[in-house]
Order: sequence, then structure tokens, then C-alpha cells
Amino acid sequence: MTSDATIDEGKVKLRLDNLKKNYGEVQAVRGVSLAVKTGQVMAIIGPSGCGKSTLLRCVNLLEEPTSGTLEIGKSRIDFSNKRSTPTGRALANFRAQFGMVFQQFDLFQHLSAIQNVMIGMTVVQRKSEKDARTRALVLLERVGLREIQDRLPKELSGGQQQRVAIARALAMSPEVLLFDEVTSALDPELVGEVLDVMQTLAREGATMIVVTHEMAFARDVADWVIFMENGLVVEEGPPQIVMVDPANARTKTFLARYHRQ
Amino acid sequence: MYEWDFWFVIDGYDAWWLKGLLTTIAYAVGTVVGGLFLGVICGTLLLLNRVWLTVPIHIYVEIFRCTPVLVQIVWFYFALPIVIDVNLPAWLAAGIGLTLYMGCFATEIFRGGIISIDKGQWQAARAIGMTYFEMMRHIILPQAIRRMVPPFVNQSVIQFKNTALLYVVAVPDLMYTGYLVVAETYRPLEVYSGVAVAYFIMLYPLTQWGKKLEARRDQ
Repeated sequence: MTSDATIDEGKVKLRLDNLKKNYGEVQAVRGVSLAVKTGQVMAIIGPSGCGKSTLLRCVNLLEEPTSGTLEIGKSRIDFSNKRSTPTGRALANFRAQFGMVFQQFDLFQHLSAIQNVMIGMTVVQRKSEKDARTRALVLLERVGLREIQDRLPKELSGGQQQRVAIARALAMSPEVLLFDEVTSALDPELVGEVLDVMQTLAREGATMIVVTHEMAFARDVADWVIFMENGLVVEEGPPQIVMVDPANARTKTFLARYHRQ
Repeated sequence: MYEWDFWFVIDGYDAWWLKGLLTTIAYAVGTVVGGLFLGVICGTLLLLNRVWLTVPIHIYVEIFRCTPVLVQIVWFYFALPIVIDVNLPAWLAAGIGLTLYMGCFATEIFRGGIISIDKGQWQAARAIGMTYFEMMRHIILPQAIRRMVPPFVNQSVIQFKNTALLYVVAVPDLMYTGYLVVAETYRPLEVYSGVAVAYFIMLYPLTQWGKKLEARRDQ
């Protein structure tokens, strides 16, 4: 498996270096460095409040990091230097490089399923209504929801809403997909349909960062696992190592708690 | 037994009544529309979260919320022209007062409607790369406006009724016309009953419409 020494620098899509996020006195993320390669599926696990969701939200600047650097493609942002942090249209364009899926789905409540998928294409990418609809139909088909295209979010199950949300994120052809505990709010019987879609995306070569409590998913689908605690990366590596035979005692304790449940 | 004679207070005064009715409607519509504009502007400025904007707007809103509208109308009529040293006609001074009164409630309704939209809607809009303006136009406002309409209709009904207070500064609205007709005819029972019925006929459909909107929102 890959180790840090053998990472092919040319394939690194996203790199964070010493990223920190403070809320006043509280240090939510205390200096995280990581590199995500094209086509890699990175799972971030760790106890509640360990900073993993905050870290993910820092990646697409839903939260503005306090310091550190972020590189994606040709752009590099140094958060200690406020002038290099994008604002306005540049910030919107930066965020559009990522597709994000949220715990609470957050579909636009006043729009039908297909309109939810289309709106980013028509408003942000300025595609024609017709082109956007054609692509939205393809994406809804892909997540198995072509039939319910005209329903409003409140008329859909949680699992269906989350699959529409994935289609909405894919519509923007993002460089990296961010998943923030996307199955945590779902009834247990609906988790599978969402994980299936994610697994397919992973197989098709999407670059993904997945913050999750689904240990089986991390073990079976991710090819790199990061264990975080108290705002720091405690251990990282391929799932066969981190999740099966972790080196760090705290990783062991965390995983043991999960296995017992 | 009192003998009612409505014809007595209408006949010969129909031009007065028509003018009074139109004046009332003009003030109601004018101050509601003006207040709405003011509310949208102040509400938008509040959302920018700049202290130098929010403090004066909050002061404005609280002053107009916490003083009787009757006092405001009288103050604008008698005191404002002296304070700003400009001679304002009665109709304008009273209109400004009523508009500012409506504006302070419209500000709260507008701001309240916007901030009632779930945080998730904002973050999802940002995450797909919308600018603040695009997010407001396509995601937040379409949802917020639906929530603003029922309270706004209710406030408009109250505003409509408050226009009757114009009578204290001799603006010839429906109520003041009633006062004039009483002075001519000595028939207060017919006049004020008629005035009440006229307000009711205009406002009842409006309140019913407001109820319908309220019910639709709760679905």
C-alpha cells in the first residue's frame, strides 16, 4: 500500500498543511496536514467533537480556517494571510470545486428533486435550462430516482432525499466530493441505499473525503483512513492497518468501543 | 325610540363621503407600500450585520414600536415641521408618521422571515458555489417571502385601521369626514355606525385572505 514516502506528487489533488480552526478560545482543529490523491477515497473517523466535521467544512471554506494552507489544482490559499483568502465571486467559484453532502440532506425545500439538481447548473454554471435538465435526469437515473423527479423534498424519504443531494453535488462536476456524516440522520433501513451510491462513485474513480461513523464503510470502501481526536490526526493509513491493527492506543480504544456495540 | 335615518346623512354629502373613503384607501395603500419598502431596506441592512447600521435601525424600530401611533401622528404634525424647520402640509406629515410606523413592523417581519430559513439551506447554497446575491435570489427569498406574507397582511389590516387616527390632524379621511357630517347633521349614530360598517366591509375580506394564507403556510 501507499505510504507517505511513495505518494506520487503529481497525483495529489488536495493538500492541507497545518490547518487550524479556532472558535474564540476553542481550538476545533489544531493543525492538520493531509494529502488527497485523485481517485482516492479518504475516510475520516473519530469520536464526536473531535473536529472531523469542522475540518471537512474548512476544506470548502464553509468555515474559514484560522491558519494553515490549502492547495487544490493550481490555487493555494494561505489562511494566515487574509488577502489570499477568496471572497465574493472568487469564494463561490472556489467552493464550486467541491461537492458537499450534508448530514441533514439540506435539499432546497421549495424546489422539486430535479430542480434541486438543476439549480447549481443554471445559476452557477449558467447552463441552459434544457442542458441542465438533460444532465439532471442522467444523474437522477444514476442514483435511482428518475421516477420521483417532480416531488418536493418533503414528499421523499430520508434516503431518497440524500440520494438527490448526492446528485445535486455531482451536477457541478466537482473535483472532490465531501461527505459529512451523510447516513447519521437516516433510519437504519435507509442507510444501505445511500452507501451503495457512494460505493459506486468510489468505484468509478471519484475523489472523496468521507467523514463517517460507518466503520464498515470506512473499512471496505476507503483506501485511506484518518483517525482524529481533539482536533488532531492521531493515526492514518490504509484501512487494513488503521482499522484492523492500529498502532495507536487511542485508535484501539475508539475502535473497540465500536466493535462492542 | 330613536328613528334611524341613514339617508339623511348621505344625501347631499355623497361627494364628501367619496372623498373620505378614497383618502382612507389612499393612506392605507400608500403607507403600507411605503412601509414595505422601508422594511425591505432596513431588514436587508440589518442582515449585513454592521454595527453602524444595526444600531440606528434598532433604535428606529424600538422608538416606533414603543410609542402609540396616535402620539407619532400628532408629533409629526406639530413638532416635525419645527424640528426640521420645513413647513410640511398636514397630509404629508401624517403620512410620513404612518409610513414609519408601518416600516418598523415591516422591518421585523422581513428580517424575521429571512432568519427563519434553516441554516442548512444557506450552507447548501454556498456549497454549490452560489454568491450571496444568487443564494438570496434563488434559495432564501423564495422561501422566506412565503413566510412573510401572512404576518404582513395582518399588519396591513392593523395599519388600515390606524389610518382613522388621521382625524386628529384634520386629514379628511373617512373618520374625519364623519366628524364633519355630524357637525352638519347632528346625527352621530347614523354617521359613526356607517363609518364602522364601511371599515368592516373593506377589512373583512382582507382578514379572511390573511387567514387563508396563514392556513396555507401551516400545511
